[in-house]
Amino acid sequence: MIVIIDYDMGNTRSIYNAFTLLEKEVVISDDPKIISDSEAIILPGVGAFSDGMNNLRKKGLINILNEEVIDKKKPYLGICLGLEFLAERSYEGGTYQGLGWIKGEIIKIESKNSSIKVPHIGWDDTKIVKNDVLFNEIEDPIYYYLHSYYLKLDPRENNILTSICNYGGVEIISSIHKNNIFATQFHPEKSQETGLKLLKNFLETIS
Amino acid sequence: MLKNRLIPNVIVNNGNVVQSKQFKHTNVVSNAITAVDFFNSWAVDEIIVLDVSRHTDYRNNFHRIIEGLSKRCFIPLTVGGWIKNLDEIKKFLAEGADKICINTQAVINPEFIKDSSNMFGSQCIIVSIDVKKNLNDKYEVFIDRGRKNTNVDPVEWAVKAQDYGAGEILLTSIDRDGTKLGYDLELIRMISEKISIPVIAFGGVGKWQDLVDGIKIGKADAVSAANIFHYTEHSTFNAKEYMVKAGLNVRMPKFYKLPTPRKPKYNEIF
Repeated sequence: MIVIIDYDMGNTRSIYNAFTLLEKEVVISDDPKIISDSEAIILPGVGAFSDGMNNLRKKGLINILNEEVIDKKKPYLGICLGLEFLAERSYEGGTYQGLGWIKGEIIKIESKNSSIKVPHIGWDDTKIVKNDVLFNEIEDPIYYYLHSYYLKLDPRENNILTSICNYGGVEIISSIHKNNIFATQFHPEKSQETGLKLLKNFLETIS
Repeated sequence: MLKNRLIPNVIVNNGNVVQSKQFKHTNVVSNAITAVDFFNSWAVDEIIVLDVSRHTDYRNNFHRIIEGLSKRCFIPLTVGGWIKNLDEIKKFLAEGADKICINTQAVINPEFIKDSSNMFGSQCIIVSIDVKKNLNDKYEVFIDRGRKNTNVDPVEWAVKAQDYGAGEILLTSIDRDGTKLGYDLELIRMISEKISIPVIAFGGVGKWQDLVDGIKIGKADAVSAANIFHYTEHSTFNAKEYMVKAGLNVRMPKFYKLPTPRKPKYNEIF
């Protein structure tokens, strides 16, 4: 059984639907017992960074996440905000502290080229920069993005980078993989079969 | 490179998918589940589902339709129609919607755009703008599904909606809706050039070239249509192919070997 963390922010239902289609037993929960019993943790998210972190804190989920993912090395898949939370801090509407599992910051998409629109909404070419199990057998990856902020990775973490997306000259980090931690800025649960295939690949890493 | 999007718009009236002509709703085309199943397995990039029912009796029905749809919709699903408060947005998101479209309530109370985009992120909030030309050839914003003229200028309103936190604009020409005369390119271009958030063009598509014109001439980021998809075989696939041939940067999806969603019977949902 895998668990989708319920913190009142994510499009949890869409992700639940995707894993259900892939015939995996999945629950949406904020219950520490269920989280601790699960085989893997999915942290989705749409919305503002500070609200999201606040909700995680209020629900007492940060300790459990640290325990399960960092101490016990349970497989983790973060989607969108679930990727952004991994950073040390975000500058969305102020300065807010993240989980700090990876070295980096969340900053606003800004381009010298004024023709790009923010939020970055829609399907975009995603360039795989490192062979990664998540992209097994996926050719020509095009994924659905929906965000205004992105991860600026500390160069010391460059080896965790697995894919990027060039949006009007801004190099957006599309996905990372560090030990048991996977995360995508794009939405695999909404990227039709190319996304479902990626989720299936994630499931294969835990079976 | 970011793709131009093709977005079918499913207009739901009293639980049925209908055709819309200048905001009058006529023939029942199908049920929403069948329509979305069809679109999901083809080459479209998102789906918008709008409830235009005037009878509030059908509202619960509509919620159940969305819940049913989201189980088999693995592309972004936008839901709109008569949304007035944050609780209802929350409810639709919990039912599996990814984005929310607001219209009348946003005009009545622009703070609603701010509140909802603060709570759910601006990427989640699409402000829908319905526009009609008056007798002096001036564009005006209409609300209440085309019944009420606000005398507001659509360009000013789009800029204001953006400032209040809208993530996208769904721009509909009421005059062109259902006419097959093509988009109102002048209107679309005026707004697309004035704002920095994406514009989805809607209303009037009668042939595939209209989609191309919406992007190339109207400068829309995404193109939407309704009626044309219901009556043309392999419609969305053909539309995409046409767009590719016209030199547009669009997505041709790849299909991998995965389980297919079980098709529930329509009456299982109700």
